[in-house]
Amino acid sequence: MELFTNQVLAGIATGAIYACMALAVVMIFQAIDHLNFAQGEMAMFSTFISWQLMQWGIPYWWAFLITLIISFAGGILIERLLFKPLAKAPILTNVAGFIALFAIVNSVAGLIWDFTIKQYPTPFGSSPFLGSQLISTHQAGMIGVTVLLLIALYLFFQFTRIGLAMRAAASLPESARLVGINTSWMIALGWGMASAIGAIAGILIAPVVFLEPNMMGGVLIYGFAAAVLGGLSSPLGAVVGGFLVGVFENLAGTYIPGVGNELKLPIALALIITVLVVKPAGLLGRPIVKRV
Amino acid sequence: MSAAAEDVVTEAPAVEAVPKRAMTLGLGTSLVVLAALVLAPLFVKNFIIFQMTMLLIYGLAVLALNILTGGSGQFSLGQSAFYAVGAYTSAILMEHFGMNYALTLPIAGIICFGFGFVFGQPALRLSGVYLALATFALAVAMPQLLKLNFFEHWTGGVQGLVVTKPDAPFGLSMSQDMWLYYFTLVIAIGIYIASVNLLKSRSGRAFMAIRDNEIAASAMGVDVALYKTLAFGVSAGITGVAGGLGAIAVQFVAPDSYTITLAISLFLGMVVGGVGWLPGSIVGSAFIIFVPNMAEHISKGLSGAVFGVLLFLVIFLVPHGARQVAIVAQQMLGKLTKR
Repeated sequence: MELFTNQVLAGIATGAIYACMALAVVMIFQAIDHLNFAQGEMAMFSTFISWQLMQWGIPYWWAFLITLIISFAGGILIERLLFKPLAKAPILTNVAGFIALFAIVNSVAGLIWDFTIKQYPTPFGSSPFLGSQLISTHQAGMIGVTVLLLIALYLFFQFTRIGLAMRAAASLPESARLVGINTSWMIALGWGMASAIGAIAGILIAPVVFLEPNMMGGVLIYGFAAAVLGGLSSPLGAVVGGFLVGVFENLAGTYIPGVGNELKLPIALALIITVLVVKPAGLLGRPIVKRV
Repeated sequence: MSAAAEDVVTEAPAVEAVPKRAMTLGLGTSLVVLAALVLAPLFVKNFIIFQMTMLLIYGLAVLALNILTGGSGQFSLGQSAFYAVGAYTSAILMEHFGMNYALTLPIAGIICFGFGFVFGQPALRLSGVYLALATFALAVAMPQLLKLNFFEHWTGGVQGLVVTKPDAPFGLSMSQDMWLYYFTLVIAIGIYIASVNLLKSRSGRAFMAIRDNEIAASAMGVDVALYKTLAFGVSAGITGVAGGLGAIAVQFVAPDSYTITLAISLFLGMVVGGVGWLPGSIVGSAFIIFVPNMAEHISKGLSGAVFGVLLFLVIFLVPHGARQVAIVAQQMLGKLTKR
């Protein structure tokens, strides 16, 4: 029983990483109905920016804030320059665009900051949390930030005019335009927010996986798995999905014989496919109804 | 955010409709391209012949994806998985069973056809982004599965398998590379002609009907489930043959040769070559083989960025890929000859 509790706790700790990333994935999916394959790289780049700011002697929280602003602006800039012209293009072209962006960001980060692994500081410290060896204070802090972020997003979308406008633009673009919402800028705003959330995710993840240009590769796949599991249209679902994937991965590694570490990834992927087939809308997502 | 269950989703079509006639080249142009492919290796070095062989092999793999996406409108970011299965089938049959290399290819094709057909079953319920994600998952999982201890006796685990390169038969005096090139060329032409015919046939029309409007297609009596899985099977089968050829040409198979990068390359090859335009496959294949090398030449540290920028240029300037270039060229030729 103790083994079980410990594995669940460890799963929740890693799940927090996936939950953060999944939240960013869901944000962008809400805005543009695409999965941004370059999301992880954008988050990585933001994390490097904050690292650079700290190297220049700026305190942690200021660096954090400045990075968020830069990432927000960067996300909007990318949308305006590269993806707005592709809005009407087939999905295929968009996916190719995301891949191109992935290659560019990864390579530029490698050139500026090179591929050596860097330590990244944490504001929460890394001593055991409440005497437990399995969750460090950093991981507890990460869970806390994720939950706060989720609440903030909920309040933003439910109780602000601009949140309402973004929801309208996402669900019925034409009607939204008729009531005077600038849907094109709502999409740009969605990109900016997704990029900023990605930056938060990157900054929280970096102390755990260490900072380097390829740090997001694995995390993004789990982020996708989490987002799909929880439902691509639900931020709450994404976070719940993130924790579930983390726990599931750990329990499968412990209790199913022969799984071990090598098969953890295929297990997560099998989970994606199973969920997609059994319940495409995810646990908390709304079903998509198409007009024919 | 809101839980309204009656949202209506209006979305851009996943794949634009390509008319059947626009999918192939005219006879004259085909013959010119063919002559170029037959004669070129006589004048170049062995290494370039090897690269041309790879060009044909990736061309086949892109063609397979083109049938799936351009033909039946389904996505796949998982072609590397089928390619890997084909490569391993050939390699295992040659090395463990001492089978002739040429005989392993049809077997690789059939096994991959079955694999694709089975994978097509769950894929039936998915479309667009979701299908891209599911196939992406398959591609990411494949190298891990190949590394499993359970299969190690057959696959050689992480080490992979070394494959012997065949000599030219009948005492022909040509180098191994050149023989393999012509061998690949014959297979590629065969598959190309078969694919063109497939798309012109009843099944091809069914694929395109599904691509353009699934509901209308089923109302017309097309068995949507059957044809969608069939498209997956055919595509996987051709990719499997390409994989087998690739294993023979490279003389080596290892799990890490078939990562998601390969699947993404093949996908990009299709977009660059023009979705649904079969001859474009070879152009797309040239893009994925030569452009990364070119990018490396332009700037070593920034090769990824150069590659990305070139890709964006293609997307923005010629969103329909090589097909668009070909159509413009044809119109200009038409104007010139009329005058």
